[in-house]
Amino acid sequence: MATLTEAPPPLTPTAPEKKPPRKRGRLVPYWLLLPGILWLLVFFALPMIYQASTSVQTGSLEAGYKVTWHFATYWDALSEYYPQFLRSVLYAGSATILCLILGYPLAYLIAFRAGRWRNLIMILVIAPFFTSFLIRTLAWKTILADGGPVVGALNTLHVLDVTSWLGMTQGDRVLATPLAVVCGLTYNFLPFMVLPLYTSLERIDPRLHEAAGDLYAKPVTTFRKVTFPLSMPGVVSGTLLTFIPAAGDYVNADLLGSTDTRMVGNVIQTQFLRILDYPTAAALSFILMAAILVMVTVYIRRSGTEDLV
Amino acid sequence: MTFVKWLKRNLVVIAGLLTLGYLLLPNVVVTVFSFNNPKGRFNYEWQQFSLDAWKDPCGVADMCGSLSVSLQIAFWATIGATVLGTMIAFALVRYRFRARGAVNSLIFLPMAMPEVVMAASLLTLFLNMGAQLGFWTILIAHIMFCLSFVVTAVKARVMSMDPRLEQAAQDLYAGPFQTFVRVTLPIAAPGIAAGAMLAFALSFDDFIITNFNAGSTVTFPMFVWGSAQRGTPVQINVIGTAMFVVAVLFVLASMVISNRRNKQKA
Repeated sequence: MATLTEAPPPLTPTAPEKKPPRKRGRLVPYWLLLPGILWLLVFFALPMIYQASTSVQTGSLEAGYKVTWHFATYWDALSEYYPQFLRSVLYAGSATILCLILGYPLAYLIAFRAGRWRNLIMILVIAPFFTSFLIRTLAWKTILADGGPVVGALNTLHVLDVTSWLGMTQGDRVLATPLAVVCGLTYNFLPFMVLPLYTSLERIDPRLHEAAGDLYAKPVTTFRKVTFPLSMPGVVSGTLLTFIPAAGDYVNADLLGSTDTRMVGNVIQTQFLRILDYPTAAALSFILMAAILVMVTVYIRRSGTEDLV
Repeated sequence: MTFVKWLKRNLVVIAGLLTLGYLLLPNVVVTVFSFNNPKGRFNYEWQQFSLDAWKDPCGVADMCGSLSVSLQIAFWATIGATVLGTMIAFALVRYRFRARGAVNSLIFLPMAMPEVVMAASLLTLFLNMGAQLGFWTILIAHIMFCLSFVVTAVKARVMSMDPRLEQAAQDLYAGPFQTFVRVTLPIAAPGIAAGAMLAFALSFDDFIITNFNAGSTVTFPMFVWGSAQRGTPVQINVIGTAMFVVAVLFVLASMVISNRRNKQKA
C-alpha cells in the first residue's frame, strides 16, 4: 500500500494514452462480435429470407418447389385461416390483460409490502420454471377436470352460466373450451409480466408515496397519479413479453383446448409437420411475424417508452 | 369496521398472495400426482397413494434417454451461447464500432419474435440445405435463441462495472490479458453466471423450436408432449417434482452462502 500512496498522481489520466489508436486494438470489437453475430445472421436472419421465399413458391413435395411469386398463397391462407388469427389475438389479448390484473398486485406485494419475505416470494415466482412447462400445463387438465372441485365451485357460483353465455365455456365443462386455453396462457406467461413489473416498481422511491400522502392524496389517487405512471416501463415490457409468446403459442390450445380453439400456431405446426404444405405454412408464419412486429412498433410508439428497445 | 379497515389496507397483499397461489397450484398438483397409482394410461385422476414411480423413476421406456438428450443439449447450448453472448456483450459495452444499431436490433429481434416463427423459418433453412434433422440442428437452434438472453444479462452487469478498476490494474502494470482474467472477468462473473443459468433453463425446457427441428430425436419436453397423446406415466411427475425441489434447494443454499459472505465482509 505504501508504494501506491507514494506514486505520483498522473497529471492527465489516461487521456493522452488513448489518442494514437492502435490498428490491432481497433479490430478487437469486430473479432468479439464476429462469431455470435454470424450465428444470428445464418440461423436467425437467413431463415427469415428462406421462409419469405418459400411462401411464394409452388410445387409439391415430390416434384420440388420453385419460386413462382405466387402471392395468392397469402390471400388463400388468410381467407382460410382468419378465424385462427382472430382467435390468437383474442386469446393472447385476454391472457395479457388477465396477467396484468393478476400480476400487478403480486409485483406490488414483492416490491413494497413483502419485507423480509421478499426473496422467498421471488424464489416462489421463479421456481415453477424448473418444472417443464408441459408438465405444469398438463396439471391444469387435472385442476379443471369435469366434475372436479374447481368446476364444481364455478358452477355453484353460477360463473359458468355467465361464461357459457359469453361463449367462453360449454355447459358445465371448462376443459376443451376457450376459457381453459386463456387460463393456461395466463398461467404460463404470468411470470413474464410479474418480473418486469417488479423491476420497475422496485425503482420507485417509497418517499414519493409518503409525499403523495402528505399532500392529502388518497391511496387510490396515489396509485393512479404516482405509482402506476412510474411503473409504465414495466407495464409495457410485461405486456409485450406476455402477448408475443402467447400469440404464437400452440401448446395450451392443443393440450387444454379442442378443435374449436385452434390458434394460428396450431395451424402453422400442422401445416409444417403433418400436412407438409410448406408454402402455406411459411406464408402464415410470415403474416404472424409481420402482424406482431407492426403491433409492437405501434404499441411502443403510443406508450411513449421508445428507450425500451 | 376494523375488519373492513384491515381488509382495505391489506387488499394488495391478499390479491398478490392469491396470484402466487395460482402460480404454484400446478406444481402442487404435479407433486401430489407423483404419488398416484392411476387406473388407466393417463395420470389425471386421483386413485390411491403409491410410491411405485419414485422407486423406479426410469421405469418408462425411453424417458430417461430423452432426459439425458435434453441435458446434453442444454449443456452444450449453455456453453455455446454463454461464450458467444459474453463476447458480444463486452464488444457492445466497451468498444465503439460501426453498425451498432444493426447489431442491437439483431440481438433484440429473436427475443421479440414468437417462437413458432423462428422454429418454422429455421426448418425451411434446414430443409433447403438438406440438413439431417436431429441433435445438431436442435443444438444450433438452442444456441441461436439463448444467445440474446445471455447478451442482455452480461451487458447489464458489465455496464454497471466501474471502468476505473481496470485502469487501476493497468496502472499497477497488469497487461491486458492479466487485467481481463484477474479483474474484469471476476467482476463480470455474476452476470455471466446469470446468463448461463438462464440459457440452461431456456434450452432444457424448450419445446416449440425443438418440436420443429428435432427430426426423430426425442428431448424430454418432446417426450412429455408425446405422452400427452399416448398416456402420461407417473414418472413424468416424479421428474417434474424432483427438478422443482432441487432447484429451490440450490437457490436457497446459494442465498444462505452469499448472506454469510456478506456478513463476513461487514
